[in-house]
Amino acid sequence: MKLLFEKSVPGRALSILPPLDVPEAPVPENLLRAEKPRLPEISENDLSRHYAALERRAFGVCDGFYPLGSCTMKYNPKVNEQMAALDGFARAHPLQGEQYAQGCLEVLFRAEQILKEVTGMDAVTFQPAAGAHGELLGLLLINAYHRDRGDTKRKKVLVPDSAHGTNPASATMAGLEVISIPSTASGRVDLEALKRAAGEDTAGLMLTNPNTLGIFDENIQEITRIVHDAGGLCYYDGANLNAILGVARPGDMGFDVVHLNLHKTFSTPHGGGGPGSGPVGVKAILKDFLPRDQVAKTDDMFRFFDPPKSVGRVKAFYGNFSVVVRALSYMLTLGAEGMREVAEGAVLNANYMLKKLVPAYEPAQPGLCMHEFVLTLEKLKAETGVSALDVAKAMVDRGMHAPTMYFPLIVHEALMVEPTETESRETLDEAAEAMLDILRLAREDPQKLHDAPVTTPVNRLDEVGAARNPVLRYQF
Amino acid sequence: MGSYVPSTEEERLEMLRAIGLERMDELFASVPEPLRVETLNLDRGLSELELQREMRYIAGRNRVFRSIFRGAGAYNHYIPAVVKSVAAKERFLTTYTPYQAELSQGVLQSIFEYQTMIAELTGMDASNASVYDGATAAAEAVNMLVDGKRRVALVSEGVHPMTIETLKTYADGPGVEIRLVPLKDGRTDLDALKGMLCDSCACVLVQSPNFFGLIEDAEAAANIAHERRAKLILSMNPTACALYKSPGELGADVAVGEGQPLGLPLSFGGAYLGFMACKAPLLRKLPGRIVGRTTDRDGKRAFVLTLQAREQHIRREKASSNICSNQALCAMTAAAYMAALGASGLTEVASQCHAKAAYLREKLAEVGLKPIHEGEFFHEFATECPIDPEKLLCALADRGILGGLPVEGGILWCATEMNSREDIDEVAAAVGEVLQ
Repeated sequence: MKLLFEKSVPGRALSILPPLDVPEAPVPENLLRAEKPRLPEISENDLSRHYAALERRAFGVCDGFYPLGSCTMKYNPKVNEQMAALDGFARAHPLQGEQYAQGCLEVLFRAEQILKEVTGMDAVTFQPAAGAHGELLGLLLINAYHRDRGDTKRKKVLVPDSAHGTNPASATMAGLEVISIPSTASGRVDLEALKRAAGEDTAGLMLTNPNTLGIFDENIQEITRIVHDAGGLCYYDGANLNAILGVARPGDMGFDVVHLNLHKTFSTPHGGGGPGSGPVGVKAILKDFLPRDQVAKTDDMFRFFDPPKSVGRVKAFYGNFSVVVRALSYMLTLGAEGMREVAEGAVLNANYMLKKLVPAYEPAQPGLCMHEFVLTLEKLKAETGVSALDVAKAMVDRGMHAPTMYFPLIVHEALMVEPTETESRETLDEAAEAMLDILRLAREDPQKLHDAPVTTPVNRLDEVGAARNPVLRYQF
Repeated sequence: MGSYVPSTEEERLEMLRAIGLERMDELFASVPEPLRVETLNLDRGLSELELQREMRYIAGRNRVFRSIFRGAGAYNHYIPAVVKSVAAKERFLTTYTPYQAELSQGVLQSIFEYQTMIAELTGMDASNASVYDGATAAAEAVNMLVDGKRRVALVSEGVHPMTIETLKTYADGPGVEIRLVPLKDGRTDLDALKGMLCDSCACVLVQSPNFFGLIEDAEAAANIAHERRAKLILSMNPTACALYKSPGELGADVAVGEGQPLGLPLSFGGAYLGFMACKAPLLRKLPGRIVGRTTDRDGKRAFVLTLQAREQHIRREKASSNICSNQALCAMTAAAYMAALGASGLTEVASQCHAKAAYLREKLAEVGLKPIHEGEFFHEFATECPIDPEKLLCALADRGILGGLPVEGGILWCATEMNSREDIDEVAAAVGEVLQ
C-alpha cells in the first residue's frame, strides 16, 4: 500500500480556511524557514480513503477476540466516547479558571472518590498519562517521603523477577537501584529472599498482585509487613487490578501507593498504544507529597489546591483528562455490583478457557488462575520445533489477536492469555478450539505454523534488518 | 447497572461447573479471607440513559466560551471534519500497541507517516512515535542527553512554567541539576547563558516562541551551547514550525514540543501529544516507540516497531526510558491534520495566527493595554493591565469571551485563525469599556 507521500500531487488541497480578514503581518525574512516541509498534498476523498485502507490493515477489539495478557483488552463502551466528546469537556481550555470549569473539576473529584473506594487509598492524582508514568510518580513520592523524614540512605527498590519491564525502568528514572527478588517454583515472592534483601537501604517494593503469572500471592500481607518492618513502602502496580475489582483492595493488603491503568481496568480504549491514563492513589502518609492541582470540594465549589510538600508536576495540566471522562462514565455505569461482576467475569472466563486448553497445553502453574494464565510451550518446541511465536501467528490466521508472547521472562516459550470479562462463552469455546487445532497441526505439519500468518497483508517481517539499518522516515 | 459481561447467570453457573466449582467466591480462594471486600461503598450502577443525563449535567457546569483569546500551552484551532473522522475510527480506537506487526500494518504505517511529517516539520532526521505531552517530551530530552559526567541542564526561564516544573520533578530522581537561565526583555539572556555554560552542562533547553509568545534567537543559543559541547533542545510550537525556521535549520540537536495544536481538542489539557525528534547521531538514545521500514519474506514493504533494544520491555532497568503507552491515537490525529492542511495550509494557519495576534495587539494597545515586550512574536503577546486583571477578565467572561491569562505584570493574550476580525474588534471594545 502506498504512503501518503506517494499519493501526494503538488497543488492539491482542502478548502479549510477563510481568507485573512485582518491586515497581513509579514515576518522578517531572516526568521522564515527556507523550504516548506514536505507534507502530503492530497484531496479530502483520497485522504479519507487512505485512512480507511489503513484501518482495514489493523485489528481492534471491535474485530474479535483479543486475549493479550496483561493488557486487559476488554470492550470499550461507545457511550464513553460520546461523553468525552461533549462540548462542555472537549472545548474546555485547561487554564480557563476553576470558576468556569466546575464540570471538569467535578469529573476529577468524583473519579477520585470512586477510585479511593476501589483501591482502599486516601487520595488519588490523575496527572500521570500512563501506567509507567504513574510508576515514576509513585516512586518519586516514596523518595519524597523518606527524605522528608531525614531518612536519606534508602536508595534501593525491590522488584520481583516476574515484574513488568516498566517497574525496573521506572525505578532507574527515579534514581533508585533495582534489587531483583526471585520467585519461588510456585510463582510466589520468595519470602526468605525478600527478608534478606529488605533493610535500611530499602526505599520500597514494587509488586503486581495478581502477578504476571496470573497468581494472587496469598502471602501478600506478610510481604508488605516485611517491607514495612524494614522501613520501606509498598508500591502496587495496578496493571492486573481487573482480577480483584470489588473483591479485594491494594490498600487493605498493606500497599501505600498504587497506580491504575484506566485504559485496562476501566475500559478506556488503547488507541493503538495510547493515550492511556495512570492515576496514582496513596495512603494518608503520602498525601502531602502529591503533584499540584489536586481537587477539593468546599461549599459546593470545586477548587484546585497544591499539597503542602508537593513533588511538583509530572505533566502539564491535569493528565489525560478526556480519558478520565471515559473512565468516570464506565465507573458510574458499573456501580458497586458491576465492579465485582467485572472481576468475577474476568476470572471465570480465564479459568474456563484454561480448563479447555489443559492438559493439551501446559500451564506455567497448576491450579486455578486469576484473570489471566500463562502457558509454556517449551516442551512443544523441543518436540516439534513449533515455538510460542508460531502458535501466536497461527492464532492471528484464525481471526483473533495473539496472546502476549515471551512474557513473563521467567517462563520459557510463554504465551500469556487474558480473555477479559466481556467475552462470551461461545467466543472462548471457539478460541480454545482454534488453539487446540493449532496444537494438532504442530505435530502433523509444523511448517504450516512456521509460515503463519498467511491471511494478513504481509507475512513475517525482517525485524533484525529493520533494527540494523534503520529507515525511520519516508525517503523523498 | 451494566458491567458489559455478556453471560447470563445460568451460563456462569455452567461455566463454573465446567471448571469443577460451585460458587463464584471459590474463584478467589487464593485471596485471604480478611482481605475480601463485602461490598464497595459506591452508588448503584447507572443505565445508559441515566449516565447520559448525569454526564451531560456535569459537562453543562463548564462554561463554553464563544471566543477564546487564551493560549499558554493549549491552543484553540480549527479541526477539519475529516481529521475528526479519522480520530474516531473504531478500529484505531480499540487496537493495542502494534506488537503483532503482520496484523497491525495500518497502525504502523500511520506512525511511520507521522514520524516522517514530524521530521519534516522540525527539520530533524528522526522522530519517535510520541510521548505524553510537550512537558514530558522536554523532560525525556534532558534525560537522553545527560550522562555520568554531564549532569546539568540549563533551562531558559522563557520555557512554559509547567514544563519547568515537570523538568524539576523528573530531575529529582536521578539527580540531574536544572539551572534556570534568566530572561532579558522577555527573551533568554544569551550573555547569561554563555556565562552559565560549563563542562558539566549536558544541554540547553530553549522554547521558541517562548511562554510570552516571543521568537527566541535559538540559533545563537545553539552556537553558544555547541561551543562547550553541550546540546541544544529546542521546544517549538508545531504550527509556528511551518512558518519560522525549523529547529533543524536553527542548529538544534533535539526538537520537542506540544503537538496539541495539530488537530487535538482543548479537552481541559489532555489527551495531548508530545513530539520528539533528533539528529541522526542521537537516534539510539531517543526514548519511546519507533517504527521502521522493513520487508516481509516475499520482499514486500512493511513496517515494524524497531530499535527495541532501547526499551523497557527488553532492557528493563537499563532502558533509555520507562515509557510504554504513549499517545498513539493523538499522533495519528496529528498526522491526519498535517495531511489535511498540507504545507501550504499549515503555513497559512501560522500566518493567520500571527496576523490576527498582531491585529489584536494593536487594537488592545489602542484601548489602553500596552504591550510589555518589543520585537518579533508569533501568536501570543503580553500586555500590561492598569486594573486588576481578574476584574477585566470576569467582565469579558460575562460576554462569553475567554480573555488572556493573568501573568506577572499583566495579561498573556493569544489569537488564532479561529478569531475573526469581528471577535477581535469586540474584545477590544469590551476591554475599552471596562477600562473606562
